[in-house]
Amino acid sequence: MRLNVPISVGGWGRFFTRWDVLAVLLILGLLTFLGEASRHLLQPLSELQHQPVSLDPRNLPEYAARTTLRMLLAMVLSLIFTFTYATLAARSKRAERLLIPLLDILQSVPILGFISITVVFFMALVPGRVLGAEFAAIFAIFTSQAWNMAFSFYQSLRTVPTELVEASRNFGLSPWMRFWRLDVPFAMPQLIWNMMVSMSGSWFFVVASEAISVGNTTITLPGVGSYIALAIEHRDLAAVGYAILTMLIVILIYDQVLFRPLIAWADRFRFEQEPGMFPPESWVLDVMRRSRLIDRLTQPFASSWRRLLVARWWKEAAPLKREVAPTHGWITFQWVIIVVALSALALWEVSRFVIHDLTLADVGTAFLLGLATFSRIVVLIALASIIWVPIGVWVGTRRGVANFVQPVAQFLAAFPANLLFPIAVSAIVALKLNPNIWLSPLMILGTQWYILFNVVAGAAAIPAELRAAGVNFRVRGLLWWRRIALPAVLPYYVTGAITASGGSWNASIVAEVASWGDEHLQAYGLGAYIAQQTEAGDFHRIVLGIAVMSFFVVVINRAFWRPLYFYAERKFRLG
Amino acid sequence: MGSALLDIHALRQTFPRAGGGELLVLDGIELQLMEGQIVGLLGRTGSGKSTLLRSIAGLMPASGGSITYLGQPVLGPAPGIAMVFQSFALFPWLTVLENVQIGLEALGLPDTEIRKRALAAIDLIGLDGYESAYPRELSGGMRQRVGFARALVVHPNILLMDEPFSALDVLTAETLRTDLIELWGDGKLPIKGIIIVTHNIEEAVLMCDRILLFSSNPGRIIREIAVDLKQPRNRLDPRFRDLVEKIYVAMTSRAAPPKIGAAAGTIATSIDTRLPRVSANLLSGVLETLAGEYNGKADLPVFAEHIEDDELFPVADALQMLHLAEIEGGDIKIGEIGRQYVEAGTDDRKKIFQRQLLAYVPLAAHIRRVLQERTNHVAPKSRFFDELEDHMSAEDAEATLRSVTAWGRYAEAFAYDDDSQTFSLENPT
Repeated sequence: MRLNVPISVGGWGRFFTRWDVLAVLLILGLLTFLGEASRHLLQPLSELQHQPVSLDPRNLPEYAARTTLRMLLAMVLSLIFTFTYATLAARSKRAERLLIPLLDILQSVPILGFISITVVFFMALVPGRVLGAEFAAIFAIFTSQAWNMAFSFYQSLRTVPTELVEASRNFGLSPWMRFWRLDVPFAMPQLIWNMMVSMSGSWFFVVASEAISVGNTTITLPGVGSYIALAIEHRDLAAVGYAILTMLIVILIYDQVLFRPLIAWADRFRFEQEPGMFPPESWVLDVMRRSRLIDRLTQPFASSWRRLLVARWWKEAAPLKREVAPTHGWITFQWVIIVVALSALALWEVSRFVIHDLTLADVGTAFLLGLATFSRIVVLIALASIIWVPIGVWVGTRRGVANFVQPVAQFLAAFPANLLFPIAVSAIVALKLNPNIWLSPLMILGTQWYILFNVVAGAAAIPAELRAAGVNFRVRGLLWWRRIALPAVLPYYVTGAITASGGSWNASIVAEVASWGDEHLQAYGLGAYIAQQTEAGDFHRIVLGIAVMSFFVVVINRAFWRPLYFYAERKFRLG
Repeated sequence: MGSALLDIHALRQTFPRAGGGELLVLDGIELQLMEGQIVGLLGRTGSGKSTLLRSIAGLMPASGGSITYLGQPVLGPAPGIAMVFQSFALFPWLTVLENVQIGLEALGLPDTEIRKRALAAIDLIGLDGYESAYPRELSGGMRQRVGFARALVVHPNILLMDEPFSALDVLTAETLRTDLIELWGDGKLPIKGIIIVTHNIEEAVLMCDRILLFSSNPGRIIREIAVDLKQPRNRLDPRFRDLVEKIYVAMTSRAAPPKIGAAAGTIATSIDTRLPRVSANLLSGVLETLAGEYNGKADLPVFAEHIEDDELFPVADALQMLHLAEIEGGDIKIGEIGRQYVEAGTDDRKKIFQRQLLAYVPLAAHIRRVLQERTNHVAPKSRFFDELEDHMSAEDAEATLRSVTAWGRYAEAFAYDDDSQTFSLENPT
């Protein structure tokens, strides 16, 4: 980076460079996109009925813009949530005790099941306007993005090196300044990676959240998601093809324009002091950095940002308090009372709500259905592991292949299962297959890639010397897998498998029921149950289904994945 | 000599212990820093000198006693007290210039002032031309220069340094040290007093006007030594050597409070003694060098050249504890058994080590006895950990168990399985 010379001195040469031209184009494009996409927000709901979603591919650019805008707004919300929630949890021991388990549970709640409930809430908030439905959709997307980001940020905050914390206190940084100068930069690389994963994951929810039906009213917001839903309803294969193409283009664009530059930019926040071998590059970032015009335009923002940074929002930090050994003082006691009271109230509300017209038999049924879905997921994760672990290791140990495979896998992870309904449903009907078995692969369609991602990353992280030692001692074949490859990727694999298994539970709500035109298929499982109750508008049974599913996910995480993760971390983490 | 910049009176620091109760880290600390002085805090690992430095910096509230800076009690980070860190503590995402500026930005100074002062500090400390570099692009020495510039730029009254040269190689450290002393001597540094924490005795004698020696567990000031040599000081000056020798004697004779039954020049131990983290390999190497190159007896300051700064005292402790060598009057002398050990082959060395370990390290003997008494000869680590934790902090207990495990393994006195976290008498066959 160059030194911060005052800008007027820098404008010595030609006023416009080719970088400037490109930069102007980029910015104009962005502005047009924002204007176009937000034009319709304030229209009354009835407008939607006048302009129903059409399958004409010429509408797709607009739909894509609106869908992307929803995802980006949700991303902004997720960032705000991340910065506040995770910071609170990391700063206050008392808040941490409640917030972190809460986040853990929130992560396990199947969001798809919740959409119908939140829609009612947001529609009531802004009655009769498109805005309400938009809020609901954005909220649904937000819930698919925020949790893992907040978790990653919280974990980063807890691992900020002590000496840096001491340095920032010693040099009198205010909490506000410390947050932006130390905490956020330190967490940045990990956070961006999680933002990418979230963005991929949220495509899955776009389809479900844009075409919302509550009981017998259906609201269809213009977007790629409703386009897909409509294409499926009308059995229009060509339209499904267009939708896939659109998604591909959109994912490509935001990868190039948003995430590549972010990754390249965030490279400076890596904490390791050694320079990286191949720093990530991005042409968009190069354009931004080399353009004088952008420099000149952003200068005022940059300096006001600096001024904002040093602003003291509150008085000097309070004098030091002694860290005392954990005692059960009066304040702690009050806190416990409040938490217990709140939980009791929540439990009372939920059970009153659920018990209302449910019997124990209902609960039993939900549990049995849960077991069915559980066994499906176990088999699917096992199958996916058998397939993807060897492939991931093969790919990860070859740099060239890995560079090519990563973006492809990222695209596949964003691929909503609904897009395969045409093939799956037609095949099952034509071949008279059992939907209980053959609908299952749809559940893991989007989530299996997390296993691949992580195993590739793990294999790529095997030190060259370790591999050379393997070659030197002629460790080959099965022995190589058993002694070198599998142990080295195990911690990474477990991380991927946790994500995949959690995601599959969620996906079951979409994947256990499939339709293609008026052909409807259904498997026996908890996901199908929730989907069915949503369609019927039976809120009591939706809540029951969600509660049972959350229960399954939490128990599996605590009883199986967590111990496995700690074991793998302790035993096999390299270096 | 002017008035007192800093006045510490009866300072106590305790840390809460996991199982309740408190661990005393610093006790009865009296310290005055006068204007124009460099004060050195010298002691081994665990003597609480870094804790003292952090208390002065206001990063840690005092458990008892008082710290007064320019007449005001220190209750939090005070403007005018700046710190230089052992591992530099630079922000990797900020350039050299931005790193230097951060303290000034926090003061809320105008941009032009910030820039002027930062560039002046960079110039003073010899970082010209590196302004736009990121820390990861710099060598260790240059990184620590940034650390100095960042501290100096806020024009502190007191500069605190926490082992500022110990992460650097010997020659780099020497250059940086010399530059600093020169700037200080010429009155070019915008500071009035320096406190430096170190475990390098020569460094302390080179730089300081007064040296405070610390004992360990809890940290107490056991001695104050005034250095009245003129700067620049010469390491080969006989008076310099005398002083170094004197400090070595003072530090080793206070290695441990003598206990009943301990022979002169050895360390008596009980089950709850903290064991130094030294590998059996290093002990072998030291004994071989001592027997081979020095004919069995060496001057500690001379012998120190062979060992990393912070390992000398742990090695000396371990050798004394195992009755393989003695420390007396600033000399290290190999013992009879130490000599046998050097002359023996691999298997016999292990036998000798096992004998010494079980005879003189009660914790090792205790573990072995417990294992022998149990019918399956297996005992969980937690059993011994809990026992140790009654007497020391969790970290110390963990470190002590690791040392005894490493020694026990080398001596084949017992085995330890990390997966099941158990000690046993069996070795894999």
